[in-house]
Amino acid sequence: MKLIFEMGAPGRGCDLLPDCQAPDVSGKATRRAARPRLPEVSETELSRHYTELAKQVHGVNDGFYPLGSCTMKYNPKIDEQAAALPGFSQIHPLQDAADAQGCLEVIHKTENALCAITGMDACTLQPAAGAHGEFTGLLLIKAYHVSRGDEKRRKIIVPDSAHGTNPASGAMAGFDVINIVSDENGCVDLAALRAAVGEDTAGLMLTNPNTVGLFDPNIAEITRIVHEAGGLCYYDGANLNAIMGIARPGDMGFDVMHLNLHKTFSTPHGGGGPGSGPVACKHFLADFLPGMRVVESGDGYEAMRAKQSIGDMHGFYGNFLVVVRALCYIMSLGREGIPEAATGAVLNANYMMHELKPYYHMAYDRTCMHEFVMTLEHEKHERNVSALDIAKALLDHGIHPPTMYFPLIVHEALMIEPTETESRETIDEAVRIFIEVLKQSEKTPEQMHAYPQQTPVRRLDEVTAARKPVVRYD
Amino acid sequence: MGSYLPSTKEERLDMLHAIGMNSFDELYADIPEKLRCREPLALPEGLSELELSRKIEEIAAKNVRFAHIFRGAGAYHHYIPAIVKQVTSKEEFVTAYTPYQAEISQGILQSIFEYQTMICELTGMDASNASVYDGATAAAEATAMCRDRKRKTVVVSGSVDPKVISVIKTYCFGSGAPLVILPEKDGRTDMDAWAALDLSDAACLLIQSPNYYGLIEDGAAIADAVHAAGAKLIMSCNPVALGLLKTPAECGADIAVGEGQPLGLPLGFGGPYLGYMAMTKDMMRKLPGRIVGQTVDADGKRGYVLTLQAREQHIRREKASSNICSNEALCAMTAAVYLAAMGGAGLEKAAKSSMNNAHYLLSALESVGFVRKYEGEFFHEFVTICPCDANELAKKLAKKGYLSGLPTGEREMLWCATEMNSVGEIDGLIAAIKEVLA
Repeated sequence: MKLIFEMGAPGRGCDLLPDCQAPDVSGKATRRAARPRLPEVSETELSRHYTELAKQVHGVNDGFYPLGSCTMKYNPKIDEQAAALPGFSQIHPLQDAADAQGCLEVIHKTENALCAITGMDACTLQPAAGAHGEFTGLLLIKAYHVSRGDEKRRKIIVPDSAHGTNPASGAMAGFDVINIVSDENGCVDLAALRAAVGEDTAGLMLTNPNTVGLFDPNIAEITRIVHEAGGLCYYDGANLNAIMGIARPGDMGFDVMHLNLHKTFSTPHGGGGPGSGPVACKHFLADFLPGMRVVESGDGYEAMRAKQSIGDMHGFYGNFLVVVRALCYIMSLGREGIPEAATGAVLNANYMMHELKPYYHMAYDRTCMHEFVMTLEHEKHERNVSALDIAKALLDHGIHPPTMYFPLIVHEALMIEPTETESRETIDEAVRIFIEVLKQSEKTPEQMHAYPQQTPVRRLDEVTAARKPVVRYD
Repeated sequence: MGSYLPSTKEERLDMLHAIGMNSFDELYADIPEKLRCREPLALPEGLSELELSRKIEEIAAKNVRFAHIFRGAGAYHHYIPAIVKQVTSKEEFVTAYTPYQAEISQGILQSIFEYQTMICELTGMDASNASVYDGATAAAEATAMCRDRKRKTVVVSGSVDPKVISVIKTYCFGSGAPLVILPEKDGRTDMDAWAALDLSDAACLLIQSPNYYGLIEDGAAIADAVHAAGAKLIMSCNPVALGLLKTPAECGADIAVGEGQPLGLPLGFGGPYLGYMAMTKDMMRKLPGRIVGQTVDADGKRGYVLTLQAREQHIRREKASSNICSNEALCAMTAAVYLAAMGGAGLEKAAKSSMNNAHYLLSALESVGFVRKYEGEFFHEFVTICPCDANELAKKLAKKGYLSGLPTGEREMLWCATEMNSVGEIDGLIAAIKEVLA
């Protein structure tokens, strides 16, 4: 389809602003040589252009979206309505605290709720995404060690099953990243962990349930080993949806963690953001938190700096309107609804795994949490049908494929996370399609490389895109 | 209690039995008993939608919505065309994840490609990424792009927004990069102070123009001095100002960054906003975050993909150019719809109106005893010395429905006007100030 720059005509546009009544002084400005070449389109063209683009997108509302590790659950509409209230959307972030009591109340309530859910004591909403939260949490760990004069602690331990953001965040925070192997269950290898810790250990980053969808039963021992070595434990909250209201990272021995409001707390992901990645921590790290801390004062709230704050991770309070949505979600579900949602997610995942097990190879054949990982290694070896081929064939059936080739410790991985907001019928239908695609790959394996056929475009040439990058229209 | 589970308890029990279990507890057999929550969460009971709706409206009503806003300082009150909200509320865009499956994500990928092109047009640069979290993090990421083994020190002008400087400091605490804040002189970057530094290790200088005080920096002269020292120049610019003012590329900057909020995003108590980053071609492979590139599909048809991923965290892990995964895609789309609705002429009109109204505001304030603190060319913000205590003035004006300029000192105030502040509204403000001063 056309780019917006290939539409319209010189002089077209929308009549949006009145003429300015103040004297024209713009002649005095140091001006650019020529106007930017922005689109010149009528409002009709503009509106239809984006409607056309929207037809070429698969959102949660377009169908099943079992993208493992991303928790693509339904995004409640009331949360959108709340975030759009002018009483939130039109508030300037530098208004006096007395004139922004509603916003401060949202922040305070959300922080308290997240602490209750995670078993932590304090929280910041400044990080704008999960990876941003990881970076923030690691800076808290760094500030803690520095404050104790313990500057030799330069190593962060990360299992080989971790999200790529973990080692990247470790590097950004100035740590040396030590990768350790996982055991045959995809869990932390205790011997490898014991061998890795020492007096240079700053901390461990861990996802639990881990990236293969299993709860690490040794978790208490893991955090004990790290603490005994003088390190701190960081919890990657990407998979919190499985256990919210059931078990709390704070009780497992974790000291600091991030949450992904755009996963666990149902805020929409917007095609790649805005997300929100609050960081929660234990008391002893609270004084290092970034940004303005919202505290109760008399009948209201005020904002102040933590004593030894690491500074700021964001210009203001983080992605506030995303936080409003998450608070609505939490208020809606309440104390019973939150564990019920978690259980629903784990049930759906186990049900789907159970139905697929006679056909697909499970990487770990045991009760899973909110997601499970299948391996296409056998199919790849036997008939050159890869995880990618299966994923691409699913596209023709209106299903968003699972996460592919992650975690790295499983070959030809497909990682499936149905979430709790899908019905049994949706899962049964998806299972039928997964089986159909697999059977098709047995009959005509060579044809599998030619899918998808029904999508707006077919497989794209990524190699040329990277080799000769065209990143703007000329 | 609200619930978004589509199935009834009975249906869920059937599913449980289908997998050979009798209780929901069995699903959690791997979690050691002593780690399970024994008490219900310390949260209130869930609410029905109507209860929730009333409750959240009640909280929103505790904020003061100002009818008249003369405050900027990093967050700007501009007109948002109706089409912007309509387009960006489409559920396909709102509810999708990062476009990992390009074949069913062309709408998002193309919209980002169009956004990248518009940011390049605004800044004059060759390449743009798909956005980062906000203007402050964009500046911090840009300083990290410039550092290498030989040149490690980050230099930031003291006339940059202090909130941006704070974020850069925090990022530098992580990387261990030495950071120097150049003092400002008369509200502008002090290039004598730059020349006095040991520049052999300087990776970059970050300036902001219009700067925190609203003043236009001499970007071209600064670029010459920075390049002569072998460092890179990063320029942070208000994107609406770029509808009128000399671009970072015309000044000779290597990287352009900024806060994209003025491009159609509501004030929203500070977020979600949009950090834009654009640069010359030779720096493209050091760019953090997502980038969309054009390519062709198996039938030779034009299409778009996430590209240059070899820089990214999921491939390079601890050696990645950044840890960015989620960015601000929907905010980038918002900016693109805004820019397409405004067009070059419309954006120029918004910029001129902002500038004209701000100059009118300054003269009006001068007529009632305010004195401008710094001389020189400014865009839509400026600092005045007030004839009274600045905080007191702000409080009294707030009672009259005016969000005044931001108090930046005992008697100093940083004012802002945009196309939203008409001459009539400014005259109203002055009448209110007269009442306060009387």
